Parts: sequence; C-alpha cells; structure tokens
Amino acid sequence: MGTMLRLRHNKDLFVLTYGALVAQLCKDYEKDEDVNKYLDKMGYGIGTRLVEDFLARSCVRRCHSYSEITDIIAQVAFKMYLGITPSVTCNNSSRTEFSLILDKNPLVEFVEELPAGRSSLCYCNLLCGIIRGALEMVHLAADVTFLQDRLKGDRVTEIGITFLRKLDEKKYRRKK
Amino acid sequence: MADEALFLLLHNEMVSGVYKSAEQGEVVSAAKALEENGRCITKLENMGFRVGQGLIERFTKDTARFKDELDIMKFICKDFWTTVFKKQIDNLRTNHQGIYVLQDNKFRLLTQMSAGKQYLEHASKYLAFTCGLIRGGLSNLGIKSIVTAEVSSMPAYPDTGLHPKTPRSQPELKPRVRCSTNCATQVLR
Repeated sequence: MGTMLRLRHNKDLFVLTYGALVAQLCKDYEKDEDVNKYLDKMGYGIGTRLVEDFLARSCVRRCHSYSEITDIIAQVAFKMYLGITPSVTCNNSSRTEFSLILDKNPLVEFVEELPAGRSSLCYCNLLCGIIRGALEMVHLAADVTFLQDRLKGDRVTEIGITFLRKLDEKKYRRKK
Repeated sequence: MADEALFLLLHNEMVSGVYKSAEQGEVVSAAKALEENGRCITKLENMGFRVGQGLIERFTKDTARFKDELDIMKFICKDFWTTVFKKQIDNLRTNHQGIYVLQDNKFRLLTQMSAGKQYLEHASKYLAFTCGLIRGGLSNLGIKSIVTAEVSSMPAYPDTGLHPKTPRSQPELKPRVRCSTNCATQVLR
C-alpha cells in the first residue's frame, strides 16, 4: 500500500511541477501562442533526451511503418511515462496522419479550467514537443499538434501526428 | 522508475529555460549579471514552493497530526524525501533551536552532472527548485522557514539548512556569501 501511494505521488510531482511551470509562463508571456511555443520548444528538448531513456527501457522492435510507430508511442511510451494508453486512429489513406485520442490525461488532473483570458492556451503542449523531439532523434520528421482539447470544451483531447517524410526502410535506423 | 526520468528532464529544461530567457537582454555588468542570476533563482524557488505546497497537501491527507517541529522534519527527511527523490535524507542535524541541516550524499538532481569543481557554481541553479519545494512543504505544515542549500562537491553532497523564522538572529545565516570551494545560495525574496 505504501509503495502504491508513493508511485502515485511521484506522478504528482511531475504534474504539479508542470502546472507551476505553465503558471509561471503565463506570468512571463502575455500571448497564448508564446506560451504554447515555449512549451513546445521545451518539450522538444525533453523529447530528444527522453527517447534514449525510452529505448533503453523498452524492447521495441524495428518498425516498418508509421502506424507501427504511432502504436508504440500510444501503447508503450504513453503507458510508461504517463500511465495512460491513448487510442490511435489513422486519418488519411496514405497512412501518414494519425491521431492519439486521450480519454484521460494525468497532466490536467489538477486543472479545472483554463485561466481567464487564456482560451487559446494549449496547456499540454509540452507533449507535442516531446513527441516531435523523440521522433526526430530516430530520424523521422513530424508535425505534432493538438487537434482537440478537453480544456477548451472539446469532447476529447486529440493529438495529431503528421509524418512529413516518407519512411525509407533501408535508411531507417533506430537511435542507439 | 520512468516517472523520475520525466521529472528530471523537465527540471533540467526548466533551469536552462529560465536562464536562457534571462540572457535575452544585454548583460552589461557583473552586478547586473548577479541580479539576473538572483532573479532566476527566485523564479525557480517560487515554482518549487508552489509544488511543495501542493505535494505536502496530498501526502499528508491521511497521516496523523505531527507532534512537533522535529516530527515534521523527520517526515520531510524520510517520507517526503523518499517519495520525491527515491531515498531518505542521509543525515539530519539540529541545534534544537530552529536550525536543521539535512544532508543528502547523492542528490538525485545533480547525480547526472559530472563530478568536479568547475560545475559547482552552476549547482545552485539546480538546487533552487528543491529549496522551494521544502519551504513550500513546511509552509503548508505551518512552519515558516528559510531554506538554503550548499554543495560541497559534485556529484552531490548538498547540505540543506532549514531555519524556521525566529526572532533570534541566526549567526550562521550569512546572506550572499559566496566561497570559492563551497557554493552557498541565499534565497532572495
């Protein structure tokens, strides 16, 4: 019981720290887009390093398609770091655009609503940056943005991943 | 634990982010640079304060009432520190007059940095958040304090001095002292 409590509290540390960070950024930057950009950039920095940690902990096999990669992000990475498993949908026939649908989002556990005057704030934009940075470290360029956000009144929270360059099997290397 | 990696990376990004934003302006003199550094440390400390308040609320929801100040400090050293940093404080000393020194011989936020004296001066940036964390936690438990931290050598032998505010003057508290081998950070408020 003690260990379980501790595990839960550990996520609290990250979630609360993230909240304090966003609050500080809202003080520093007037425009929502500046805060969003900052969070994305920060996430990118984290993602480029997190991917090493991820590859060291998981035993992911070599991927042969974008949809495999997206599945791994949703089912392995999200589960490992945030304890949730978003569902994956593919949005186009050429299978380069995907969505992660987050039913639960631990990052917003303590957030009731966006602060006044901050309606375009993408509170979880760090996540987009993390995914983008991590993918880039394995030589994949992608656009990652929030398509829907529960905090903004949408029904679900949806992260869109658009892979930009065609995956060449021979050229694809997993970062060591 | 995977959670820890995420927090460590976030913390590091926060520290570099705060200092990068400060660098945007022209740094004209050493005095100005010192001022900027102080401002960054305060920012980080304040964020830690917020988090510490929130954390202690969640941790102590179901715990019994604390008997006294020492009891609270022991809680910080054992349960709180373990939950946040996966280990207990290695050494707790007190003069029973309001000063507590917590010693962590392998401080998690610094273990990833290289050993060596040349990084000592930067260590204070990575301690500010934790100082705030402790101060915030104590604050929500009803203790007003000043928390400073010291690193005697990397990777990590920080001493955290806790000084609940008392009307008596504390001769050990020397604001703004910087030694060459020790990095002492006075939290500026």
